[in-house]
Amino acid sequence: MAQYLILIYSLEEGFAGAPSDVRDEIGAGHAAFAQKYGPAILGGNALQPTGAATSVRPDGADGFTVTDGPFVETKEALAGYYLVEANDLDAAVAMAKDVPSPFGGLEVRPIAVLN
Amino acid sequence: MRVTRDLDLAEECVQDAYAKALQSWASDGVPSKPAAWLTTTARNRALDIIRRDALFRRAMPELVMDDVAPVEDVDVDAIPDDRLRLICTCCHPALAREAQVALTLRLLCGLSTADVAHAFLVSETTMAARITRAKKKIAAARIPYRVPDAAELPGRIGAVLEVVHLLFTTGHTATSGAELVRADLVERALQLARMLRALLPDDADVAGLLALLLLTDARRDTRVGPDGELVLLADQDRGRWDRARIGEGVELVRDALRRRPPSRYALQAAIAAVHAEAPTWEQTDWREIVALYGVLLQVWPSPVVALNRAVAVGLADGPAAGLAALDELTGEPQLAGYAYLPSSRAEFLHRLGRDDEARVAYEEALHFTSNAVERAFLERRLAGLVR
Repeated sequence: MAQYLILIYSLEEGFAGAPSDVRDEIGAGHAAFAQKYGPAILGGNALQPTGAATSVRPDGADGFTVTDGPFVETKEALAGYYLVEANDLDAAVAMAKDVPSPFGGLEVRPIAVLN
Repeated sequence: MRVTRDLDLAEECVQDAYAKALQSWASDGVPSKPAAWLTTTARNRALDIIRRDALFRRAMPELVMDDVAPVEDVDVDAIPDDRLRLICTCCHPALAREAQVALTLRLLCGLSTADVAHAFLVSETTMAARITRAKKKIAAARIPYRVPDAAELPGRIGAVLEVVHLLFTTGHTATSGAELVRADLVERALQLARMLRALLPDDADVAGLLALLLLTDARRDTRVGPDGELVLLADQDRGRWDRARIGEGVELVRDALRRRPPSRYALQAAIAAVHAEAPTWEQTDWREIVALYGVLLQVWPSPVVALNRAVAVGLADGPAAGLAALDELTGEPQLAGYAYLPSSRAEFLHRLGRDDEARVAYEEALHFTSNAVERAFLERRLAGLVR
């Protein structure tokens, strides 16, 4: 077994501007995902929009520069994630296909095993 | 490949097996199933190494699968599956296309990294890095060595077929360099297509691709003249086409066209079959070819297919009709910089007696062509125009 992070990327205005029934449908999709995979889902969260993000970068001297906004500006922003357990990449990708992503898509990243 | 999860180890074992084969076959003769023998030998070697190499076990426990079967249980009939597993891994959609092609040549065809680099006109260092990156991803992301399940298989075989087709077209018309045909790549592609046909005898797409490769390659010896110059289909010596390959290809086309709707490869093969069976260029059934391109355009919309259809229209209905069909495509962004569009326009313009416009079009085509043989051809056409 291996662990993967499923990153959910989404157009923020897409979700924000969606009518309530579309939002309900997305919520139901996540509930169905949780129902289907149960114990294989090790964790997961939705994130506040990038408007709430703060970036912290070493300033090259001894301090830090703290700025408003996400670390990297992208059209589709990181909107949430699941940490899952799967046998292999095919299984992880199959799980990712069940995560609702009407305003963007998903990235599947293997968790590094450090020894 | 099921025995070890580590591709490098697997690769070394395969090479060991080849080396062993050369020694053993030289003294004892070639076994009745050489491929099976090789796989069994490679597997034994892998088990040897895994059992012996405690360091390897300590360093990479996660790479060794738990269910290592005893060697005596190796089922020879299951061995073709191993090759299918391997090609499905090499052509996994999670790998970049260039990595898929490189891994397939390296692991399925047994080419050295230097040869794979040469095939794609990149340095050996670049290719070695590309292959290493792909292997790292296979290990890190755990891309499985497995034949995909029935629901997923057609899509995955589609990716495999694209790799084999790319290999063939790269060899069939080398995009640059001094020679038009890279016979080594063409042979590798044919070998892989035959292997897939043996492994998946009921797959119409596989039949279609093998047919396409055979029918196209049947013309190989006549595509280049005695001085290395390009010879068009119209001027090829049809008596020298490889009739055995054509016969085999035509048989496979029938098989491939069973599927509804027929696949892209089946239709391309059907078009190649119409050419292969025409006694002369003039007697080619151009209407049939236009119709087949029309269906192909629906199944597999592509500006290049539209271009081929437009050329066929010109051959069925005359150069004016062909030129009109081609002119509809001049705004197509994907055809910008594609030499066959201006060169086809030039041919029709020349036939219509509009040589001044033909000259401009040939010059445009030359601008976009880097293959030496194709350049020489265009220069000869240009020189042949009335001043």
